[in-house]
Amino acid sequence: MSLLNYFRQEKKPAASVAKERLQIIVAHERSRFRSTGPDYLPDLERDILAVIRKYVEIDSDAVTVQLDQKADDLSVLELNVTLPDEK
Amino acid sequence: MARIIVVTSGKGGVGKTTSSAAIGTGLALQGNKTVIVDFDIGLRNLDLIMGVERRVVYDFVNVINGEANLNQALIKDKRVEGLFILPASQTRDKDALTREGVEKILDELSQEFDYIICDSPAGIEQGALMALYFADEAIVVTNPEVSSVRDSDRILGILASKSRRAEQGLEPVKENLLLTRYCPERVERGDMLSVEDVKDILAIPLLGVIPESQAVLKASNLGEPVVLDQESDAGQAYLDAIFRLQGQSVDFRFLNTEKKGIFKRIFGG
Ligand SMILES: Nc1ncnc2c1ncn2[C@@H]1O[C@H](COP(=O)(O)OP(=O)(O)O)[C@@H](O)[C@H]1O
Ligand SMILES: [Mg+2]
Repeated sequence: MSLLNYFRQEKKPAASVAKERLQIIVAHERSRFRSTGPDYLPDLERDILAVIRKYVEIDSDAVTVQLDQKADDLSVLELNVTLPDEK
Repeated sequence: MARIIVVTSGKGGVGKTTSSAAIGTGLALQGNKTVIVDFDIGLRNLDLIMGVERRVVYDFVNVINGEANLNQALIKDKRVEGLFILPASQTRDKDALTREGVEKILDELSQEFDYIICDSPAGIEQGALMALYFADEAIVVTNPEVSSVRDSDRILGILASKSRRAEQGLEPVKENLLLTRYCPERVERGDMLSVEDVKDILAIPLLGVIPESQAVLKASNLGEPVVLDQESDAGQAYLDAIFRLQGQSVDFRFLNTEKKGIFKRIFGG
């Protein structure tokens, strides 16, 4: 029993797991819901994610899409994909 | 054909999502192909409790709208074989769930699964009505507390009048009471309604009693349904309820205080 407890304490405390999970998901949802870009951006991001996931297993927060207005006649669609480490 | 079970309550924060996750996971653990569907449109939560929040791509409403097919939206659990999650949408459109759309999806899921667990939102509006409309069975999650018991009674009334089974004059939705956040100490002190009290008032069969447990917070922090923690009282109590759901008779546990139990054993009182 005490041995079991000992091993359990080696694991990360539940609250810090919760905090990490929240930081990741909240950051992503914020960028999605509060982005100032066109309305289609979240859906575009989701569809791009779905396409990439056909080939590589990535988390749903691994893709971000942003539209930057560089000049009056120039907008840049910026796509960021975090791929998992090659193992 | 799947058994469609709605986990409902009227009142919010009583343990519907915790129970949906635990019961769905437990059913799958016992070899039933199970999908848990999050009907809480706008405030998706089941994904966090199941620990799959980073795997959501498409959701329930995307499938209804034809923007994705069911297989693209279903998330396969990595811990338990035969367990799937259908996440809710985060849209603010309250009417995103149409009856026809929900029916089509449930029909499709019915072909594949043994159990469909519908995690209802709180309240008695659109979302909650959609979650219960097609149910064959209901698990009414209730806390031993006055407002929760009254709201459960309201929901029982709605199940008996507004469900598909009621409207079509079929055999009524089977009712199950799941009493959660139960504190035997407080019941013994006379501070909290007892199982018997709640049973007397709601007068439906008792599926389970889940004790107030620290294991539930820990489970949600970790994103692991509490039924996977079989060292915990709540995890064991959920597993008992899952056996009962499948027709087995299991003695009720965790109804009395632990200390009293030992005391009784030693002094025979
Ligand atoms: N048996 C229990 N013991 C302790 N806390 C619980 C228990 N069941 C649920 N809770 C807590 O109650 C809160 C509401 O639970 P949740 O399942 O989200 O309710 P609902 O889906 O009905 O709104 C959560 O913080 C959850 O951790
Ligand atoms: Mg909930």
